[in-house]
Amino acid sequence: MNTEIAILGVGMHPWGKWGKNFVEYGLVAARAALADAGIDWRQVQFVSGAATIRCGYPGYVAGATFAQALGWQGAQVNTSYAACASGSQALAAARSKILSGECEVALVIGADTTPKGFLAPQKGDRPDDPDWVRFRLGITNPTYFGLYARRRMGLYGDTQEDFAQVKVKNANHGFDNPNARYRKRFTMDDVAASAMVANPLRLMDICATSDGAAALIVSSLDFARRHGRGDAVRIAAISTVTPTFASEILEMPDLATDSAVAVDAHRFRSALPRKAYEEAGIGPEDVDVAEVYDLSTALELDWYEDLQFCPRGEAARLVREGVTRLGGRLPVNPSGGLACFGEAVPAQALAQVCELAWQLRGAAAGRQVEGARVGITANQGLFGHGSSVIVKK
Amino acid sequence: MGKSKVAALPGWFSLDGEPHLIGSRCTACGTYYFPVRTTACRNPACGKDDLEQVPLSRTGKLWSFTDACYQPPEPFVAPEPFVPFAIAAVELEHERMTVLGQVVSGVDVGQLRVGMTMELVLEPLFADEATESLIWKWRPV
Repeated sequence: MNTEIAILGVGMHPWGKWGKNFVEYGLVAARAALADAGIDWRQVQFVSGAATIRCGYPGYVAGATFAQALGWQGAQVNTSYAACASGSQALAAARSKILSGECEVALVIGADTTPKGFLAPQKGDRPDDPDWVRFRLGITNPTYFGLYARRRMGLYGDTQEDFAQVKVKNANHGFDNPNARYRKRFTMDDVAASAMVANPLRLMDICATSDGAAALIVSSLDFARRHGRGDAVRIAAISTVTPTFASEILEMPDLATDSAVAVDAHRFRSALPRKAYEEAGIGPEDVDVAEVYDLSTALELDWYEDLQFCPRGEAARLVREGVTRLGGRLPVNPSGGLACFGEAVPAQALAQVCELAWQLRGAAAGRQVEGARVGITANQGLFGHGSSVIVKK
Repeated sequence: MGKSKVAALPGWFSLDGEPHLIGSRCTACGTYYFPVRTTACRNPACGKDDLEQVPLSRTGKLWSFTDACYQPPEPFVAPEPFVPFAIAAVELEHERMTVLGQVVSGVDVGQLRVGMTMELVLEPLFADEATESLIWKWRPV
């Protein structure tokens, strides 16, 4: 059974802090994706939105919000919320509709407006909510990034310089990306001079939060052919699996891992791409380019291993040897990654897919991975959510 | 007269001289939980409903550590001025689980290394004129 769908169009609103309503960003991204696909909005039969929880009711029903903003035209609608994987869940919903024959063309869209500083929990006294409890104890998202980073140093001998190299690499990658928020090259000294946030991670090791929007127009392969776009890049896999009990690694927002007394511990981050590889029938050796969730510089190194680009503990070598920078054997985050974008939660997983589409089309001017035919994304967020998407030519 | 001492998270740990975290254990498969779980073992191969409250190990090995250099947002109650603190993830060998917590005041990341033995103690998380709200913290042995 063919499980592929075509990416006809991609579009973004540049990441930044623009002080506007998230709907405005979404509209820009949707119109860009429609124009890129060369189709009329009224041809879209399904709108699959990724929710934002920071923008009130319109954010909870993002699919309908964008459908209305573009002009109600009777399409089916859906909204997905899955933390950092919201965009991939929305994409998976669109793929299901397309593959089941319920629709031929779908708009998948996510947009966000984010507050300054730490992402904080919702208000109120809620000791039953692990997210509330951990903030009560002073445990923020960077705490977890710091723990993962220090663990790498303790176990594998990674250094803060290795982490800084990831930032320098991604800053170089994103320098020419018109959708990136931070477009400035940094040196190792710049990173070392930035303030410590969660030892061993400094301000420049940790991604910011941003406003932004990303949209995709996806369709059945049959529609793409009829539309003269039989050569469109395709989505070959969407993995949105849950963790498997027992969790090996402390995950946001938990204060404890599962106990591995009765069953073996499993690593969630590696399960996500493993399922994607299985679904696409390819392996890590087939990948030409990757967009991974560098919430921190050190976390990008964890992803190299979870994506099976190298054995566990050897990721720092890849960045030291330049394997993952543009011009290397396997460039990672050619877009600049979260280091250059900052996280716009419901848009971010879709932005990763947009970048892979541009890369595989050969349209990523200034940051092109030459000859890229297969790309993979990976991200992970709160409460057992994560995703990995494979795009191929 | 001293301030009265209360648990910042009632039921999460004991307040005695040898404090310990209060967890649960599935009587069927032996899986531990923290914080307490009253029903429904989450091991998908088990799924039984009989969980008993148990004390968790007071010591473990340092899995990793970090610190909070900037004041966390609410509901964290910050002292004036804010004092950075270290944070530890400690592996409890018997329970085969890792538990987070602040590190006792006065110990910074320079005094910690992955693999060292840590023990659980109680210290104030925050206080007002009459009451100290205690929380568990990890201290190098």
